[in-house]
Amino acid sequence: MIPAYLLLILPLLGIVYFALFGHQEDVGRQNTHFNGITLLLSLWLAFNVYTSGTILSTDSYFIVDSFNVYLIVLTAFVGLTTSIFSAPYMAHEKEIGKLTDKRLRLYYSMYQGFMFAMYLVLTTNNMGVMWVAMEAATLATVLLVSLYRTPESIEAAWKYFILCGVGIAQALFGTILLYYAATQFNQSENALMWSVLYDNAALLNPEILEIAFVFMLIGYGTKIGLVPLHNWLPDAHSEGPTPMSAVLSGLLLNDALYAVVRNKMLVDGATDSDIAGYLMMGFGLTSFLVAAFFLHRQKDIKRLFSYSSIEHMGLMTFAFGMGTPFATFAALLHMTVHSLTKSAIFVTVGHAAQIAGTQSIAKIRGLIKTQPKVGWGLLIGTLAIAGFPPFGVFTSEFLVLLATMHSYPWLTPLLLLGIGIACAGLFRNIQPMVYGERPEGQQAVQANLWPVMIHLAIVLWLGLAIPDFLSNWFTQATILISGSAPL
Amino acid sequence: MDIENLDHYAQLILSLAALVTLTSFIMLAQGRLLRLVFIFALQGFLLVLATAIAAYSFNNPHLYISAAITMALKVLFIPWMLRRHILKLEMHRDVEALSNKTAIMMGGASLVVFSYYVLHPIMQDASMILLNALSLSLAVILLGMLLMISHHQAIAHVVGFMSIENGLFFAATVSTNGMPMVVELGVAFDVLVAAVLFGIFFLHINSSIDSLDVDKMNRLNEVDQ
Repeated sequence: MIPAYLLLILPLLGIVYFALFGHQEDVGRQNTHFNGITLLLSLWLAFNVYTSGTILSTDSYFIVDSFNVYLIVLTAFVGLTTSIFSAPYMAHEKEIGKLTDKRLRLYYSMYQGFMFAMYLVLTTNNMGVMWVAMEAATLATVLLVSLYRTPESIEAAWKYFILCGVGIAQALFGTILLYYAATQFNQSENALMWSVLYDNAALLNPEILEIAFVFMLIGYGTKIGLVPLHNWLPDAHSEGPTPMSAVLSGLLLNDALYAVVRNKMLVDGATDSDIAGYLMMGFGLTSFLVAAFFLHRQKDIKRLFSYSSIEHMGLMTFAFGMGTPFATFAALLHMTVHSLTKSAIFVTVGHAAQIAGTQSIAKIRGLIKTQPKVGWGLLIGTLAIAGFPPFGVFTSEFLVLLATMHSYPWLTPLLLLGIGIACAGLFRNIQPMVYGERPEGQQAVQANLWPVMIHLAIVLWLGLAIPDFLSNWFTQATILISGSAPL
Repeated sequence: MDIENLDHYAQLILSLAALVTLTSFIMLAQGRLLRLVFIFALQGFLLVLATAIAAYSFNNPHLYISAAITMALKVLFIPWMLRRHILKLEMHRDVEALSNKTAIMMGGASLVVFSYYVLHPIMQDASMILLNALSLSLAVILLGMLLMISHHQAIAHVVGFMSIENGLFFAATVSTNGMPMVVELGVAFDVLVAAVLFGIFFLHINSSIDSLDVDKMNRLNEVDQ
């Protein structure tokens, strides 16, 4: 358990440290160091879980099992690579006068605050604390969305604040109902502990849990960006600084989905019906299709990829909703590859926007000629996210398709349609941006593309061959979530 | 339901539940911001009363703590902060023209019916007081949303947001005698931070669009220009 505690303490120290010293010359590097250490801690934790199975802290406030430990490693990894990218990016933003020292302090402090909230969501065993941490993640990022203080960014932040705040309030009502159901047979303080609830799931009143799950799905679903609760997402992702878009897309959405899946496990244990699964499938499929169509009408490059995030989160929600071991395995894999690919894309998009000096798709042109690394990075990233083989997204989408054909064959055409439309929507916009003539006076910027290359290399690796330890891990998590092994 | 046979605790909680819902309805029709904030504080005070009564009846010391926190946050700090902002931005004389008050009130009434409709089936085995109190707190949550939809001022939105929190708090108090302490403290902390952030946002919005009318924030949308 020690690494889990350290994992939570370090970002807490980071909040204070950067609030005081966040304006220094090499603050970006210090932020990277913080995140580097948390990655090492998360690996240590993962090793512990790998060797000795589920760990429950002595006061049972924290739980680390095969499901959340891999998300913890993923969170730490994306947090680290994004901080590597953010150092020169934020330095550039300060140079061109978009940011002041004060805002830089806020940015780095809240970066750590966000990481803390994410680790707390993942490690806590208490469903109420999970809600608190989820809300804290909103609070930490809301001022970062409006960091540039433009009218658009303030509008986006306000929308994000209000919609996510009201949305997630529904999840708290669901949690209260859950607690009420739990107090029917357990009056102690630990009635809201997930491990206790899970062990006694059969005792929970199924009707109350069904209603509670509706509220939780709406609440956390707002955070996942499920249609029609997705309105805040493209705005918040497009108006904030790009490193923020990368972590929001790569981490926050995953963790909200994690909360939903945790709750679904309880509901499935309490009821015989598949109501939770059907709800998730419905919302997921709708989000997937609607977002695919919306890709075609985007004019802002970051909005484009925000809609792509909604599309992929929809697909994952759909796959978790199906709930068969095979689909769950696919969803877990898709969570990983989507996070890695999407954060890599946002990094390149950030550089592309700095090169062109705008986020407007119509004005970004000739990236490969200006700065080949950025251009190719964007093109390959898009190939990966659109689901082309041999990248990992292809593997996971293919698995979702197979699982659908197996359980609900009549839904397969809809999935294929969505994937096709999304692919077209991405490429009609990306093609002219990377190819084409370079506009007059367009200059290359200082860019650190190591994070992108590492992410895409891992995604490629996962597409070609999933290493044994990772597939064991996914299999264990699948057994935990769906009850049996995928194959 | 035989009201006269209920014990005093049940009668008091039911009356307070009704009063809390009533304050939500009054807020719904209120166009003056200062008065809106005052009624919001009143709603918070009713919550404090309900929590203190529950604490006394069940001899539950930790509910006294939540009552104290609610008192400090929802009755004193947040109304004080909102009031200060209203006076500073000189909005205390503005009367918001609410379009179609009748329809809004009718909508509010149907939300109450809807809340009962949702919770009735699952609360059949529970006591009458629980069904009523929980349904009304869901109604307060939904009425808070309606308040946000029907008003245009950012401050009214914050009042709606916080009154949703009130509904949640009431639900937790009556159904389970409050959430576990650590959760309750966490929620209170989130509400406090949210309140401070809202204050910061008022200044940002005001300096960006020169008013707090959120309808004027319409730069980001998917509609073709």
